[in-house]
Amino acid sequence: MNVQNIQKNAAEEALGVSLPTRRVESFHYTDLRSQLGTFTAKAEKPSEADAKQLGDGFPRLASNAAVLHFYDGHAFERGEALPGGVSVKTELPKAMEVDGMDDTVLAINNSISADGVMINVAKNANVERPIGLAHAFTGKAGTTAATRYAIQAASGSTSTFIERFMGRSKDAHLSSSVVSLDIGADATLNYLIVQQTGLGADHLGHVSVKLAENSKLNLFILNAGGKLVRQEVKVDVAGEGGHVEIKGVNLVGDNAHIDVTTVLDHNVPNTTANELFRNVVAGDGHGVFQGQIKVAQIAQKTDAQMACNTLLLTDEGDFSAKPELEIFADDVLCAHGATVTDIDDDHLFYLRARGIKEKAARGLLIKAFVDEVVEELGAGEELEEAFIGIIDSWLDANT
Amino acid sequence: MANKLKRRKEEKMLEIKNLHVRIAEDETEIIKGLDLTVKAGEVAAIMGPNGAGKSTLSYVLAGKEDYEVTEGEILFNGENLLDMEVDERAASGVFLAFQYPMEIPGVATMNFLKAAMNSQRKARNEAEYTTPEFIKKVKAASADLSIDFNMLKRALNVGFSGGEKKRAEILQMALLEPSLCVLDETDSGLDIDALKIVSDGVNALRDPARAFLVITHYQRLLDHIVPDTVHVLYNGRIIKTGDKSLALHLEENGYADVIASAA
Repeated sequence: MNVQNIQKNAAEEALGVSLPTRRVESFHYTDLRSQLGTFTAKAEKPSEADAKQLGDGFPRLASNAAVLHFYDGHAFERGEALPGGVSVKTELPKAMEVDGMDDTVLAINNSISADGVMINVAKNANVERPIGLAHAFTGKAGTTAATRYAIQAASGSTSTFIERFMGRSKDAHLSSSVVSLDIGADATLNYLIVQQTGLGADHLGHVSVKLAENSKLNLFILNAGGKLVRQEVKVDVAGEGGHVEIKGVNLVGDNAHIDVTTVLDHNVPNTTANELFRNVVAGDGHGVFQGQIKVAQIAQKTDAQMACNTLLLTDEGDFSAKPELEIFADDVLCAHGATVTDIDDDHLFYLRARGIKEKAARGLLIKAFVDEVVEELGAGEELEEAFIGIIDSWLDANT
Repeated sequence: MANKLKRRKEEKMLEIKNLHVRIAEDETEIIKGLDLTVKAGEVAAIMGPNGAGKSTLSYVLAGKEDYEVTEGEILFNGENLLDMEVDERAASGVFLAFQYPMEIPGVATMNFLKAAMNSQRKARNEAEYTTPEFIKKVKAASADLSIDFNMLKRALNVGFSGGEKKRAEILQMALLEPSLCVLDETDSGLDIDALKIVSDGVNALRDPARAFLVITHYQRLLDHIVPDTVHVLYNGRIIKTGDKSLALHLEENGYADVIASAA
């Protein structure tokens, strides 16, 4: 049976795309054909008053950020002054090319009409204030909300972007974000994704990155919401001396399916990458991490490290970790490690033997496990506290 | 330090009667009819060869679930200790200084200490310490044990040397003010200087209302922490009880003759 011959299901008809079967390797653990909801209409642009309310209860992460607002996928002008060196064009970036079933997330984003912006960071600009890309969703049943943006960080620049997804809807709705990041020579780009969509949300995210010589990407992903989440990261390490740092925390709640799939392509010599994910699975949550590292034949002296550690809190939940190394060069350092464990009984006993009640002791251990990633970010005290606050709320509600 | 402790010296604090314990997983019996009484104010040493059941006894007192009590009882201040949860035992005054203190990544020592102290106070319906009160107490207690206060900002026991870990155990003991302190081979892995600091820390906590169960292989710890009673544990039972001279006898002659005369 091949893909073309399968009759389109309702989800495919509604989105106008073919969805991969589980035989497509990159979708083996996330079965969009059976798990993706049926979405028939683009969410309408909410009124100013409704839009304002959507963000309630989601306090700002960084007090000094300049935030670009999107409500139900529509860009809203809020007149927040941008820091010097940053310019925004309200123009939809061109759709990214789709290369077969592996790029289904791109295909879906292309097919549901999106709003978007193009952002430029000027050459040598050292932008201290973070730029927020805030998405709030009404999440009306059956609706879609999609955005697309392209960020160009010119050579020598330093900038920070916080892309955040917020919602409370328990009705089935779809949000999608496709982002391209072009990082110039000697530039540093910090990109932080905070996903807090409602429990009914299917969320499909994709970030494509290209790094020039001696540039640096610091990517952070915090998944703390959603029902079916697929966050893809594709990095083309195209300049010598490029460094990729990816850190992530995936909080997989009861009934949630959260998939983070990363592909790092080392295409030139002397590049480095470090990838660390910590995951907590509660209830009958399902977590997936696919981490691919490709090292081209000419990419000698690549140093790429990857680790994925999971705390599985219940017998019902599960986590699938698939590290994948494709190395064609002979002088490289590549390592990966994946662990899935329960809370360590001896650790728990030690804390309880000091009088800490079991629930509180478990809480301390789970929190320690994920907070470590945040504390190593170097994102500054305010952001780290904000992320830890989001983690704490999730843990309170889910463990 | 121990003004909250009201027990008088002659009262039985810990009574272990005909205790039988096996490893839950494979049902191997380790403790085979152990009797032991420790009074308030007493320092009781438990000595014995490898495999006698010394660490098992300490874990059973603290409530580790890997062990199953099949017979007998343990009374702590007249209450059935075996009915209590692990954290209830701690809040009611049982403290185990671990032979191998756990390294717990990501949990800052200070946060842990505060959680432990306030959790116990809450369980006893006492007011929780405020942060300044807490910090003052920790600073004073850590200075007594020559512990660098900055070390306590690090993750609990992570990267601590063997000596630092044992000192951190005694620090916890000093801060939590338990009434029964069980020291499981606290001397293992300590050099002479660290042994002195740890022993001084323990001696400073000696109190008519507090009892110590000092579990050790070697007599040398008992030069520093001088016991009132010495019990020989062998094959899951107390086979001989004496005063501190028994420890010296064991040091000189080994366990063989004590074991032979008990058989």
